Amino acid sequence: MIIGSPKETAESEKRVAMTPDSALQLQKLGFNCIIESGAGVNAGFTDIAYEKAGVEVVKTAAALWKVSDIVVKVRSVNAKERKYLRTGQTVISFFWPAQNPDLMEVFKAANASAIAMDMVPRISRAQKMDALSSMANIAGYRAVIESGNQFGRFFTGQITAAGKVPPAKVLVIGAGVAGLAAIGTATSLGAIVRAFDVRPEVAEQIESMGAEFLMLEFDEDGGGEGGYAKPASPEFIEKEMALFREQAPQIDIVITTALIPGRPAPKLWPAEMVRLMKPGSVIVDLAAEQGGNCDLTVSNEVIKTDNGVTVVGYTDYPSRMAAQSSTLYATNIRHMMDDLTPEKDGQANINMDDDVIRGATVVHNGEITFPPPAPKVQAIGKANNAPKPIELTPEEKKTQEMADQRKAGRQQVGLLTIGGLFMLLIGNYAPASFMQHFIVFALACFVGFQVIWNVSHALHTPLMAVTNAISGIIILGALLQIGSSNQIVMILASISVLIATINIVGGFMVTRRMLAMFQKS
Amino acid sequence: MSSNIVTAIYIAASVMFILSLGGLSNQESAKRAVWFGIVGMALAVFATIFGPQVTRYEWLVPMIAIGAVIGAVVARRVEMTGMPQLVAALHSFVGLAAVFIGINSKLSPPAGLIGAEIIIHEVEIFLGVFIGAVTTTGSVIAFGKLSGLIDGKPLVLPARNLLNLIAVGVCIWLGFMFLNHAGIWTLYLMTAIAFIFGAHLVMAIGGADMPVVVSMLNSYSGWAAAATGFLLGNDLLIVTGALVGASGAILSYIMCRAMNRNFLSVILGGWGTATGAQQEVVGDMIATDVASVAADMQDAQSIIIVPGYGMAVAQAQGAVSEITRRLRDQGKSVRFAIHPVAGRLPGHMNVLLAEAKVPYDIVLEMDEINADFPNTDMVIILGANDIVNPAAQDDPNSPIAGMPVLEVWKAQQVIISKRGQGRGYSGIENPLFFKDNSRMLYGDAKSSLDQLLVSITN
Repeated sequence: MIIGSPKETAESEKRVAMTPDSALQLQKLGFNCIIESGAGVNAGFTDIAYEKAGVEVVKTAAALWKVSDIVVKVRSVNAKERKYLRTGQTVISFFWPAQNPDLMEVFKAANASAIAMDMVPRISRAQKMDALSSMANIAGYRAVIESGNQFGRFFTGQITAAGKVPPAKVLVIGAGVAGLAAIGTATSLGAIVRAFDVRPEVAEQIESMGAEFLMLEFDEDGGGEGGYAKPASPEFIEKEMALFREQAPQIDIVITTALIPGRPAPKLWPAEMVRLMKPGSVIVDLAAEQGGNCDLTVSNEVIKTDNGVTVVGYTDYPSRMAAQSSTLYATNIRHMMDDLTPEKDGQANINMDDDVIRGATVVHNGEITFPPPAPKVQAIGKANNAPKPIELTPEEKKTQEMADQRKAGRQQVGLLTIGGLFMLLIGNYAPASFMQHFIVFALACFVGFQVIWNVSHALHTPLMAVTNAISGIIILGALLQIGSSNQIVMILASISVLIATINIVGGFMVTRRMLAMFQKS
Repeated sequence: MSSNIVTAIYIAASVMFILSLGGLSNQESAKRAVWFGIVGMALAVFATIFGPQVTRYEWLVPMIAIGAVIGAVVARRVEMTGMPQLVAALHSFVGLAAVFIGINSKLSPPAGLIGAEIIIHEVEIFLGVFIGAVTTTGSVIAFGKLSGLIDGKPLVLPARNLLNLIAVGVCIWLGFMFLNHAGIWTLYLMTAIAFIFGAHLVMAIGGADMPVVVSMLNSYSGWAAAATGFLLGNDLLIVTGALVGASGAILSYIMCRAMNRNFLSVILGGWGTATGAQQEVVGDMIATDVASVAADMQDAQSIIIVPGYGMAVAQAQGAVSEITRRLRDQGKSVRFAIHPVAGRLPGHMNVLLAEAKVPYDIVLEMDEINADFPNTDMVIILGANDIVNPAAQDDPNSPIAGMPVLEVWKAQQVIISKRGQGRGYSGIENPLFFKDNSRMLYGDAKSSLDQLLVSITN
């Protein structure tokens, strides 16, 4: 089969769905790859590079659509490309089926298939083809870079001869992939980063990226299906606003990434928050395409408010880093083709029993298959809602400690009493010679317990070897018996001497060997 | 040499032994500590040989000479990975010697015992032989299991606890008969039963519990020596036996605590305390290859290596050490995290790493390093499984629930070097392998590491 990648026709779209690297991999799966001339130029991939990778370069889009069995794209087909669509053809691209029902009709009419990269289910197995995550990752990074571009100061705090520079304070709202990427980037630039998300289970991820999680004391879990957020209740939003109101005057840069699937972006940063911010602050609204998280966001524009706050409303962050995003997107597509051709024979097979492929396929051979059934596997484990152990007050702790102490004391006294009675019992019956030995025994046990507790864990094996060697002291018993006139006694004693000697010599030598190996760096 | 001088020397020897054990508290003083032990032993043996009680040397000298040669050869030949087997085998010698000495003491009893002393002496013989016999066969079986001659899986006979109970009961009954002068056959029969009892006891214990078994047998061999001391009236034997016994007992206790298990449940053998279903593990194991591990390793700044029994089996400690050296030369922080029950002997991993010349100050215990995992770029797990199983913390129904484990999953990335997709010694599923930040590096640990070594060139 032939996989073709046309030049993107949307304005300001610089990405391309096939790179020379990904084409090499696709050819290994048995496909022939073709590309429209100049498709990769904006992303830094020349026609020559493609040719070197064994990709056939065709002059026009029409020619490409004509011969391709599978067309891989970034944006879905536009009005012009619809005409090229033919029976049996498969298009793999972003699709947004919920927002584009008429597009599905087009595919249905053409009797073609559409695989939507944005519909890949969010399960572990499908991560390698999760193009939304790869793009969000880039968007998060770029959002920080764009904010830095607008922000008139350093991110990192510095003390220089020319004065002290405070570190920038960055607030990231929404800790999805983009949010986490933004946190990571801002942290590594040296900013103080705080982050908020309605899903409490992401707190750990936020903290792992080096940001402080702004905790909202509220008993509502904002996590919905597939690891995305769901709309929040009015009470929750009120609390959230109070938290933001408190943060807004301190924060230099706000990066909002809050999106709820299939809905306009929630308004999390209303005009009043912007008014509270310092002049020179920057807001980067990653949700600009879905209407924006900030009231003042203007899609695709950078505006300056009356109080000197810059609001960045770009919608094309991945495209602004076309080389990087094309590489990642092409790899996602390549992984998708991997799953579509399990036989590696160059024949794509849309297996509708496969959870991932089923989820991503929105039109199959002229039949609309959207929306897919819910995936069987839950995307992200919910945080454990186990109640936290109740914190004890210092007084309670003290009384508990005292109670523990008393209990330990009682136990010790009890044991000593029992031990003492036992000794009395023995002493009552046993002869004096035995009692003398018994004293020695009891004291030796005691010394042993005291001494061994101090042995470091790393030396437990040598300890064992040493104790093993000195337990060869049993040789003394055999030595005392070896002179016996009884033949059997003499033979048994001789054997005992032999094996006890092996034990002693072997044990000590092995210990020495071991200890000699321990060395400091 | 008069008997008073012999006693004086015995006191010196006891002190030497105590100093020897006490000296093991750190690596530097440990080297001296062994010498204390050797000198103590030499003093004790020479004092006894030249003391008033030993008069004939024609058997004694050749036996000591032969034993010394065998011991030296074995000690020199043994591989450090074979240490657990060697220790187990040596324990059986002490046990057997105790059995022989006990029987001897019955065959030619010391003169001058009267009244209660005779009964006490007979009790001592009986106890000494019993403990010695259990130690002997128990150690032989432990040796077999550790060296792979016997299947490591626990042998679970029906009603095994009842069988053990009956064996002990019969031994006690034989003991009473023995004290009532029923004849020496009761002693022999008891010895035979104790041999079987010891073997059965260790057969029922799984390979993962071997650290406990070995330290327990170590303890037994000490008690056997102490019992022998009682029956011979020799204080040095009593002191030394008690020291060894106490040491083994504490080691067993430490091991059990590290596994969050009750000593009794380990000794009685077998798993099966869990109630309810274990959590299902969802997700995929994601395989990786040497090249990408090498690339990630170059990016990582802080690396923690978690060795397990698999490293010992694959003899990979040399390669680990070399990789560690190179990474450290590149300015990375490389450390080792040792779980108390990693391996088949307490401290097993420390010895292997020391053999491979890994500096001991970067080899840390679980408690020292567990808090550092969240700030670590990469964790490499070499043939360890249960000791890094998050189910111990997350799943109350897991058989290892509550066992302290190394929290490796908190690191940025976890590489697991493993022979195949099989389970750990406890036979339970490990959710760690299915985590998003885990990557499986399949294959023998040694060959994987050797390839890695080639990839990390300076």
